[in-house]
Amino acid sequence: MMNENSVLKVNSLTVGYTRKPVLWGIDFEIPRGKIVGIVGPNGAGKSTLLKSIMGVIPITNGSVKIFDQSLDEVRKRVSYVPQRESVDWDFPASVFDVVMMGRYGRLGLLNRPRKADKEVVLDCLEKVGMADFARRQISQLSGGQQQRVFIARALAQQADFYLLDEPFAGVDAATEETIIQLLRKMSEENKTLIVVHHDLQSVKKYFDWIIMLNVNLVAHGPTETTFTEENIKKTYGGKLTLLSDVRNILANTPYPTKENK
Amino acid sequence: MQAVIDFFSFSDPNIRYVVLGSMLLAASSAIVGVFIVLKKKALIGDAVSHSVLPGICAAFLFAGNKNIPLMIIGAFISGWLAIVIIDFITRNSKIKKDAAISIILTVFFGLGVVMLTHIQHSGYASQSGLESFIFGNAAALIGNDVIVFSIIAIILVITVITFFKEFELTAFDEPYAKTLGLPVSRLELLLTTLTVLAVVTGITAVGVVLMAAMLITPAAAARFWSDNIRKIVIISACFGAFSGLAGAFISYMAPAMPTGPWMVVASSFIAFFSFFFAPKRGSVFLWWNKRQHLKTTDEENILKIFYQLGEPSGYFEGEYSVSKLMEKRTVGQDRFKSALNRLKGQNLIERVGEDWLLTKKGMKESARIVRLHRLWELYLTKYMQMPAHKVHENAEMIEHVLTPELEKELEIQLGFPDRDPHESVIPRI
Amino acid sequence: MISFWIILTGALVAVSAGLLGCFLVLRRMSMVGDAISHAVLPGIVIAFLISGNREPLTILIGASTLGLVTTFIIEYLHKKAKVQGDAAIGVTYTFLFAVGVILLSLFAGQVDIDQDCVLYGEIAYVPIDTLITASGMNLGPRPVYLLGGLLIVIVSFIIFFYKQLSLTAFDPGFATAIGISTVLWHYLLMGLVSITTVVSFQSVGAILIINFLIGPPSIAYLITRSLKRMLIYTVIIGILIAFFGYQIAAYFDVSVAGCMAVTTGIIFAACFVYTSYNSKMKKKDIVMTQIPQSAETV
Repeated sequence: MMNENSVLKVNSLTVGYTRKPVLWGIDFEIPRGKIVGIVGPNGAGKSTLLKSIMGVIPITNGSVKIFDQSLDEVRKRVSYVPQRESVDWDFPASVFDVVMMGRYGRLGLLNRPRKADKEVVLDCLEKVGMADFARRQISQLSGGQQQRVFIARALAQQADFYLLDEPFAGVDAATEETIIQLLRKMSEENKTLIVVHHDLQSVKKYFDWIIMLNVNLVAHGPTETTFTEENIKKTYGGKLTLLSDVRNILANTPYPTKENK
Repeated sequence: MQAVIDFFSFSDPNIRYVVLGSMLLAASSAIVGVFIVLKKKALIGDAVSHSVLPGICAAFLFAGNKNIPLMIIGAFISGWLAIVIIDFITRNSKIKKDAAISIILTVFFGLGVVMLTHIQHSGYASQSGLESFIFGNAAALIGNDVIVFSIIAIILVITVITFFKEFELTAFDEPYAKTLGLPVSRLELLLTTLTVLAVVTGITAVGVVLMAAMLITPAAAARFWSDNIRKIVIISACFGAFSGLAGAFISYMAPAMPTGPWMVVASSFIAFFSFFFAPKRGSVFLWWNKRQHLKTTDEENILKIFYQLGEPSGYFEGEYSVSKLMEKRTVGQDRFKSALNRLKGQNLIERVGEDWLLTKKGMKESARIVRLHRLWELYLTKYMQMPAHKVHENAEMIEHVLTPELEKELEIQLGFPDRDPHESVIPRI
Repeated sequence: MISFWIILTGALVAVSAGLLGCFLVLRRMSMVGDAISHAVLPGIVIAFLISGNREPLTILIGASTLGLVTTFIIEYLHKKAKVQGDAAIGVTYTFLFAVGVILLSLFAGQVDIDQDCVLYGEIAYVPIDTLITASGMNLGPRPVYLLGGLLIVIVSFIIFFYKQLSLTAFDPGFATAIGISTVLWHYLLMGLVSITTVVSFQSVGAILIINFLIGPPSIAYLITRSLKRMLIYTVIIGILIAFFGYQIAAYFDVSVAGCMAVTTGIIFAACFVYTSYNSKMKKKDIVMTQIPQSAETV
């Protein structure tokens, strides 16, 4: 049954590049107002999970519900921050331009940004401490500044649910602090955040809910009770050899998926 | 018809020259092309082939006539220069490789066209035939020229054979090659040089515009027939040689026709045929495979129905009507019936009047599938933390692909279990 | 007057192609532009043969469709048949171009395109193909009107859909996430590139189209850091190339298209040297001034 407070419900989600499953039979639900961390080794499918939730990568099997609805119905309430490395920072745009892109989802097909949009953008830049950089060209930013710009763009969407792909990767300590403060403030405003994270040291400090992933879902739940030695070992203790054997067979077998059944 | 016979009898020494020359140069560039394709540099080949034009024209302007050795040198220099500049631009600015290639390609070719029109307008007596460098004319491969081009082609082949191991390794895993102490950047340089040389061999017969295709098309096609690099090289060479022969033939039958496009079309047909029909990788093959897999899935699902119907009583030799069997399945009637007939063909089920029943062999097979299904369900709940009510769907898919080795492994890891997560008995055979 | 029409034609092609090219360059899809500009040739020839020469609209639609089909084929070979990306491009367009050249030589008498012009066009003959009113007034060359109309379409396309075009180029993942279809905008862009190629083909040939698609945008990309300015500079550079290219060609009595390509090369080289010199100087500045400030910027 759908919980009143549930923001995201992932049901038997399977995602595969070509045919090999990258995520397999993922099932979980997250409650409102939490900061949720996703951890797991490289290649565990953490980014893939976010991308498939956001419809950037097609789902092979299973379903995703956000606020108990399909993504298309609630798109305006959801915001996605891709990995910083996924874009070309030589792109001819200023900090202001990039943050304004966060407003594009709310603007119609032909509408141009209005004064109100500009104010939102400046306000968001203020929040991430980049107000003085509005006119700066994005190629001249440091890694931490680029990440702040991406966060500001997400803020400009004024969503209720945020998915962040490795926002702490390669940023300076001050930026990390700014971002986590911001995330905490947002969760106080009853917004929900999912964060792909690498550093196990800071998990307990940052997240009140945790999803532990290694192709399949190892564990999920409140950090206190879930982020245990045993579960960490299970998550990082290497892949299940039998499982990877089966995945390799699937990669070479044209088994029927949802789309071509 | 007489012309065809004349051509393939090779009685005319000129034809022999043209044919051998075309085949040799096409094969040699196809060999070099394998490494270009494997290193994902197909578009560099395109840039080089367009960029040799100004070199050819400069050589003509310098010599005042069609001096082939000089033109080869000119073409070589300008092709090389183009690669160096592309590399320099991408290294030293934010311009990306694709844009750099396009700019250099068009600027060099534009310069070539400017020189070409200059030559034409200044009325050099022997300028006729210079245009054939654009789309090629295999018939022009005569006399000493063919010897010059053949020598280059042979040099190419020998170089590739000599450095085969090194090229193989850098194409496959460059960082690893580096750790082995291979001079990776010098090998890169060598491959670049070979690329330019391969383009140069084709300037007469294929022309500069489409020479890129003779580098990459046979190689891209050959890639679909094997995973072994040696075999790929040989297959690519054969495809190249065949296209060369086709071009030479056209050139003989219709001297006015440009040869290059015909060679390219010939090799493209081979390539498209490979993309679709090559075993293991071709689209049609994959499609056929999928169909086969679907058929087996249908068959195995029917066997499972027999098992499930017999399970409550423990009597698996019951006879069931088609409609009784169909109650359990969602596939269409036609598909269901043809699967039944296939099972009969394999002696897994028998027909008694209007009803069907399992044979001894069929019983074993049905138990095997149910067993795989239940083993996998158990594995999912135990190792993948999936709740028992969600494992069925996944097992429906996986039961059809598990091999006997994996079955054994599953049993060992699960400790030879008796019951699945739903407390049903896991059958033993 | 003749030179005016030639420069105007060149400039119109340069501006139309350049504006679209900006997005090709930013999406790193220059080579797909190359592929389209070669691959429309068989489409043009076949459309010519079927429609019996001059019927611009049939030729336009027929050949542009082929351009779009090319991008589909490349995509299909790459995604479904698992042909390596660069090889898929290379194999597809060389094949189509070869077919075009063969068709041309087979039907040389029936098609009003010269084999050599396929590559570098016949812009010098543009003024001959004039539009004359019923009353006998000479309105100038026909291609100029076609190209002018196309330019209006392209400019309005970019103005109206600036948001979608820039976002799908910069961050396709984010665009998909907020509900802007990258696939749709990809094919719209490629469709316009195909149409532009077909309309300009006879005037300037395959190679100069690539040059105009990629050259001016790349130069603009070098010298500016704002997308809007990049578009404006592309327009200016395109016009300059058309003007000076023609002047050089007229002076030396050589190919106009060739000279325009060479002019692009010269301007590119100049801007390249200028920006590398500049960035070197700036780097020195940054090293001198930024170190003490860096503490407060974080």
